[in-house]
Amino acid sequence: MNIYEQQASNRRTTAVILAAFVAFFLLLGLGFDYFYFNFNPSSQPRMEMNSDGFYEAQRQGASSKVPFGTLFSLLAGLGLAANSMFNGKAMVLRSTMARRALQSSSDKERQFLNVVREMATASGLPAPEAYVVPDPDLNAFATGMSPDSSVIAVTEGLLSSLNREELQAVVAHEMSHIRNYDMRLMTVMAALLGAVALLSDFAGRSMRYGGRGSAYGGSRSSGGSNKKGGAALLFFAIWLVAIILAPLLSRMLAMAISRQREFLADASAAELTRNPLALIAALEKIRRAVMPTNAVDNGVAHMCIADPRGSLIEEKLGFTADLLATHPPMEKRILALKVMAYQAANPQAA
Amino acid sequence: MTILAIVLLAVAAWVVVMFNSLVGLRNQVANAFRQIDVQLKRRHDLIPNLVESVKGEMKFERETLERVIQARTAAVSAGQGGNTGDILAKEGMLTQALGRLIALSENYPNLKANEAVRTLMEELTHTENQISFSRQFYNDVVTKFNTKQQVFPTNMFASMLGFTLSALWELPADSPERQNPKVNLAI
Repeated sequence: MNIYEQQASNRRTTAVILAAFVAFFLLLGLGFDYFYFNFNPSSQPRMEMNSDGFYEAQRQGASSKVPFGTLFSLLAGLGLAANSMFNGKAMVLRSTMARRALQSSSDKERQFLNVVREMATASGLPAPEAYVVPDPDLNAFATGMSPDSSVIAVTEGLLSSLNREELQAVVAHEMSHIRNYDMRLMTVMAALLGAVALLSDFAGRSMRYGGRGSAYGGSRSSGGSNKKGGAALLFFAIWLVAIILAPLLSRMLAMAISRQREFLADASAAELTRNPLALIAALEKIRRAVMPTNAVDNGVAHMCIADPRGSLIEEKLGFTADLLATHPPMEKRILALKVMAYQAANPQAA
Repeated sequence: MTILAIVLLAVAAWVVVMFNSLVGLRNQVANAFRQIDVQLKRRHDLIPNLVESVKGEMKFERETLERVIQARTAAVSAGQGGNTGDILAKEGMLTQALGRLIALSENYPNLKANEAVRTLMEELTHTENQISFSRQFYNDVVTKFNTKQQVFPTNMFASMLGFTLSALWELPADSPERQNPKVNLAI
């Protein structure tokens, strides 16, 4: 696959996973509303004669037409994410103690500033601000909600050990995160994650303290609905399993998207510099420096070029590593880049 | 009757959207082209400083330095003339002369020790990169613009609405930029 095909395939995969995530959230949320708030938009109102002798529509029980639980958890999730949306950039820069790169301070910083400008030219976006993180490890990250107000930061260790072309490749990778609006995508993911966690928490509590309003707690199911009881019970069982596994499953989906975005940023970086080999060289150097980037906390892990924990989880090619890491294993990234540079056979063609 | 009206309205709306996006792309192409000009101008401004600061150290390379100066003068006047083919040829010669100068400067350790020269060399590398990246971006935008005009069903309307294909920035077959700079390292 060349750079363009890899980008297209990465975008498709992201869309599929995101759709799965939204479907999973709707299953949890609407199921929660159905079982706990008797949310049932298709329920037939029952006609009952009221005391004045008129027929009046009576809903079964206290069934509501609005999925309160879904809406509430979504709003709460958005509220949690809104903070990171408006203050995220400043918070990240403060927590990493990043300082602005200066034209006058050293050759390397001047080069870094120039490289950032070059990549802005190559991507046709306004130049992001350039920051330096005082940390000896090799890492880099991008932040900011829109290309107009974004930041690219690299560690001092990265500046001192990469040459110009490798630095350019790393900056191109971060520039691609900005160009692909990955910060927004990850904020949406964070909102969904929060909403799922809330739902799962509510459900857990309601179960423990007895679902009084639940359609299955009482004997309100009358008449015709008895026949559907079996199917509904099965659905309830599936939903119960889903909600118990929800925190783990949603995390796995979010991480799957994060890894896709890393592959996409690698492919876009190769497109910007037309030089996948420099990115391979840079990744090899970053990989050899396995110590953790202390200045960067896990909150921005998905925006870094390599997992800041420096843990060996990403070096394992095993099943768990594939499910819970923010970044794909270096080996896979390097292989994908080699394919782009026509230096390795296409694994999908074989 | 209503159905016909709805269909006509939908087609009209589609034409409007298509027209606007093509106009946006055409302006992007023009802007990307100007960006190349900006970078070329930057290179012209940088060269006198550079030559001035390496002149003392590289006095055995008088010929190379003179060729750089000449190429710059030719490129500046071609830029004022405004003939695109001429600009391409003259800027190509300048790129080649500069490539030779950069390669030769590696032979002079004293130059590398000099901070001012190091700064200028970095600036020069930066500007050369900026030129090639702005060309690359121009070609990307032109490709997008041309593809948009050529795909079905836009191709039925694009030329009717007055859009023409833009030319990619490419080197003429006999351009001096196609040759590698020849450097004689035997001193």
